[in-house]
Amino acid sequence: MSNTDKAVVGIIDYTTGNSRSVERALNFLGVPNRMLKSPADLADADRLVLPGVGAAGTTMDYLRAAGWPAVLDELVAAGDMPFLGICVGLQVLFEHSAEQDAHCLGWLPGTVRAFDRAHVRVPQMGWNQVCPEPGHPFTATMPQDGYFYFVNSFYAVPGDITDVAAKTAYGTEFASVVARRNIMATQFHAEKSGRLGLELLLRFATLTRGELCSPRD
Amino acid sequence: MLTARLIACFDVVDGRVTKARKFQDNIDVGDAAQIAAAVYADGIDEVIFYDILASAHRRRPDLATIEAVAAQVFVPLTVGGGITSLEDMHSVLEAGAEKISLDSMGVRNPEIIAMGSKEFGRQCIVQSMQVRRVPVQPGLPSGYEVMVDGARVATGLDAVAWARRGEELGAGEIVVNSIDQDGTHEGYELRITRMIADAVNVPVVASGGAGTPSHVAAAFGDAHVSAAIISSLLYSPRMARTMSVNEIKAELSKIHDLPVRRT
Repeated sequence: MSNTDKAVVGIIDYTTGNSRSVERALNFLGVPNRMLKSPADLADADRLVLPGVGAAGTTMDYLRAAGWPAVLDELVAAGDMPFLGICVGLQVLFEHSAEQDAHCLGWLPGTVRAFDRAHVRVPQMGWNQVCPEPGHPFTATMPQDGYFYFVNSFYAVPGDITDVAAKTAYGTEFASVVARRNIMATQFHAEKSGRLGLELLLRFATLTRGELCSPRD
Repeated sequence: MLTARLIACFDVVDGRVTKARKFQDNIDVGDAAQIAAAVYADGIDEVIFYDILASAHRRRPDLATIEAVAAQVFVPLTVGGGITSLEDMHSVLEAGAEKISLDSMGVRNPEIIAMGSKEFGRQCIVQSMQVRRVPVQPGLPSGYEVMVDGARVATGLDAVAWARRGEELGAGEIVVNSIDQDGTHEGYELRITRMIADAVNVPVVASGGAGTPSHVAAAFGDAHVSAAIISSLLYSPRMARTMSVNEIKAELSKIHDLPVRRT
């Protein structure tokens, strides 16, 4: 057994997010985890989850107020700490979001756009099919066309298509999972997507860094 | 493409699930957390809990039951009943709900829909409405009136106008509960459900009256809903034979050609 079996997953804690849902899912899976109110709580955290509910601008304001961006830039973007963004936690990885005209973390090239209300009901709310693309270990065991739970009015348009780890259609085709090296994110709520979502969370939490992080680029 | 989403809706009193007919005569069905875990294992897509007495008795939401359910159910959970403030919403979300359902309280104080939407996002606020057939008349052009307080009090609000107003205020989903069809097993009230689904852009949920999978299919096919609440079909003590979630989904898929999530 590798020494990452007891890896502690740090969950970035919002005041108005659904960080607790991720905590409950990890507890159910028996994964050691800790809520992090600020970077001062990082301690032994081996990997990070950024849950998200609400708006991109609000999320960025919160992250800035708690002092996260500079620390995350160093540990995740420049370092190799495994990172999982969920929902808005995916959207803020890009450069800019049309939601609240928000400047985001900019780790991945691309922008975030609104679904077209003329063609689909907004928000997208419900179970949609996710088609993984080959290339990243995170999505390697996902079934083709499995159903995951989405709640979103906005979607990411990656500037580099090699960052797209899975696609989903809702009026338009969009990136439902993105992954680059140690950075992974799902537009769907893995913590609310039944067995398939829990399996994906477990994969993120328990694979070793070497197994999890794509050698690509 | 989104699946036809099936929601189990539980009327809860003191941590116990109960089943009503036309919003009355509730019968005890069982422990809320146990029943929720069972329907989750059976493949339900979402769960709604209404604390049906919290509002009338001016009680706070039952956080212990919400926490017990959220610890073992990993599909979305909506909670309603007794929520009168942003503080209540915070505590319900903290306890494990994804969405907050506002019904009578939203009618009494529409601003709470706007406040919740601004604080937590539109996706978090569900506008639930109890509607009753009435003669078409000035002020009620749809022929359906919104009722509150367990279907006991008429509001004079037209159902379609109230749905439009709810969407404007910031509701991210609208549940249409038919008082006339509730617990009858005779099918949803398709007419008003379709009128509302066609009048708003947010997802609409059919509620009240499903007795067969064909009724459920009609809500998706004829009333343009995004989701359907099934309660009697799953566990009503008044039904001769109830069905499992997976049996219902199999029929929706095979006979009605609807996309469903199989587990």
